[in-house]
Amino acid sequence: MRKGYLGIDIGSISTKGVVLDEQNEILDSLYIWTEGNPIEAVKRLVKELANRLEDVELYGIGTTGSARKLIGLMVDANIVKNEITAHAVGTTHFYPDVRTILEIGGQDSKMILIKNGIITDYAMNTLCAAGTGSFLSSQAKRLGVEIEDFGRLALTSKSPVKIAARCTVFAESDLIHKAQVGYKKEDIVAGLSRSVVLNYLNNVGKGKKIESPIVFQGGVSKNEGVKKYFEEILQSKVIVDPNSHLMGAIGIALLAHKNEDGRKRKFSMIDIPFDTKGFECEKCSNHCEILRIYKDHQMIEAWGSKCGKVS
Amino acid sequence: MGDYAVPAYFLLSHILRNEIIMPNKITARTIELGTKYSPEFVCTPFKYTLGTLLEGIENGAHILIQAGGGCRYGYYAELQEQIIKDLNIDCEFYNLVTAGKTNVKRIYHMMKKIDPKFSCFKGLYYLSITKKMIFYMDSLDHYIRANIGFEVEKGSFQKVKEEMLESFLKIKNHKELKKCYQKYKQKLEQIEVKKEQVLKVGIIGELYTLMEPYANYELEKVLASMNLEIKRYTNVYYLLFEKRKQVKKYLKNASSYITYQMGADAADNIGRAKELCEQGYDGIIHIKSSFCTPEIGAMPIINKVCSDYQVPVVFLSFDAATSEVGLKTRLEAFFDMLEMRKKQ
Repeated sequence: MRKGYLGIDIGSISTKGVVLDEQNEILDSLYIWTEGNPIEAVKRLVKELANRLEDVELYGIGTTGSARKLIGLMVDANIVKNEITAHAVGTTHFYPDVRTILEIGGQDSKMILIKNGIITDYAMNTLCAAGTGSFLSSQAKRLGVEIEDFGRLALTSKSPVKIAARCTVFAESDLIHKAQVGYKKEDIVAGLSRSVVLNYLNNVGKGKKIESPIVFQGGVSKNEGVKKYFEEILQSKVIVDPNSHLMGAIGIALLAHKNEDGRKRKFSMIDIPFDTKGFECEKCSNHCEILRIYKDHQMIEAWGSKCGKVS
Repeated sequence: MGDYAVPAYFLLSHILRNEIIMPNKITARTIELGTKYSPEFVCTPFKYTLGTLLEGIENGAHILIQAGGGCRYGYYAELQEQIIKDLNIDCEFYNLVTAGKTNVKRIYHMMKKIDPKFSCFKGLYYLSITKKMIFYMDSLDHYIRANIGFEVEKGSFQKVKEEMLESFLKIKNHKELKKCYQKYKQKLEQIEVKKEQVLKVGIIGELYTLMEPYANYELEKVLASMNLEIKRYTNVYYLLFEKRKQVKKYLKNASSYITYQMGADAADNIGRAKELCEQGYDGIIHIKSSFCTPEIGAMPIINKVCSDYQVPVVFLSFDAATSEVGLKTRLEAFFDMLEMRKKQ
């Protein structure tokens, strides 16, 4: 049996899993859609990985991403960390001299500034989805373009149209107007990619000093159009790793390895029944939304109570 | 706002013969009520205070007293009065601050109108006790904030504090207040704390969001659970009695960054950011309610101060949303960053 470390990054749009070996080399990885159900997505992910890696025993599991806490309980993780730290750890492993990480995911976008392998500053979008992957994919659908072709189409444009970069609601109405007026699809797609970059730099990157080497990651980094406009506007080379969409999962797997607690875990832990029940507490006017978490039909935790008296 | 209902209640219940209604603690319902009748893009303190006033009316109040100033807040009382009148609620509205100014004579006449037997002498006497009470509360709060993250038995600070607030309501004169304060000060200092490798953060920003825990999703509690030492300058004592003097000091100390005041606490916060950097704090958290104009003006300058001193800063905006997950992620990442820097 080989030793392995599993990292799971559960994002709003996609769920990523990576298994590392003892030398921190990637044994296998998987990228699937979350489809609004992180529990089911992780079950599918782990089962698939278990089938492919029959000779691996897990010595550490880490979870990150917006569902990290819930899934951490489900898979009995030895480390649960926020995605900013996980991304920084993953990227510095491959690019030790990186200075700036640009990350655009499904619902979040962030910028991490690094010096000598240590995070010195970071910024994250305000609680708004402007210029993130979910906006791009919904607009691709509107234009009838497959999200996979989106970037390539943008590259063919010679004169991208101007699209409002401030807010998705304005961007969307801008986009509809431009399409109805008769602009070519590739020009609109290119304009949209450019507006994502401008939005990101105006919002997340405000007041931050962007220095190279620059690494661009997260789901949107697979979009060549967005990458091109980053390079054009920043006037600097932007690195996109082949595993750029997996960086969070790799980072958390590395952390799981580092914080190994000596316990062995099996892929089959996923078969233990796991369920949640949400309800609204009526005991005071706070009306807290309480979420109870059941593992093996027993309540193991309850979240959301403000007074701490209700569980 | 925060625990300040206690001194306000104390003062009013002693100088007026009317029945004083203690406002409810702010809950999800307060903000829901406030949001329902507020203009959409007004800042959250407006919504919270309007919600609290409406809840007060439900509890039977028919005299409302509002005080506020510094920024747009100075005009909120008039607007809230109009909103409540438009709802066809019959009540009297007293505004202690009009057009950003207070006038002792005007307040005296106001009090006389509320209670014809209002005595000026009594009013001033209890005002002086209340001032002292706020001073004591705030100075103990400074101690609690610096230590609550390190208490050995969870919840012990909170327990003593609640006890203290309750007994503050019962005191009758300066002597009793002082005795009460000393007793609880001792009690607080006896609480066992364990401090090792302390990370220190300063919280600055817009006053209402800073002082009302519900409005900042109990930020201080979250930070305490991460074992951080917390420093916060803004409190009612500062705003009422110290600000005028202090802000000049801040302007002088931070003269390389700012020359004039920018409304509300913007200049103070720039000065504080510089002071925190100089005092070796590990990080700064700046919070505000969304659309807070003075703080938006201060943010780029604070950013500059922090990058000059290489101290990390995080800016958080709060609105009437209810999910805390996004906030937790940002705070956790901030904490990780501070820890990594410290270790290096």
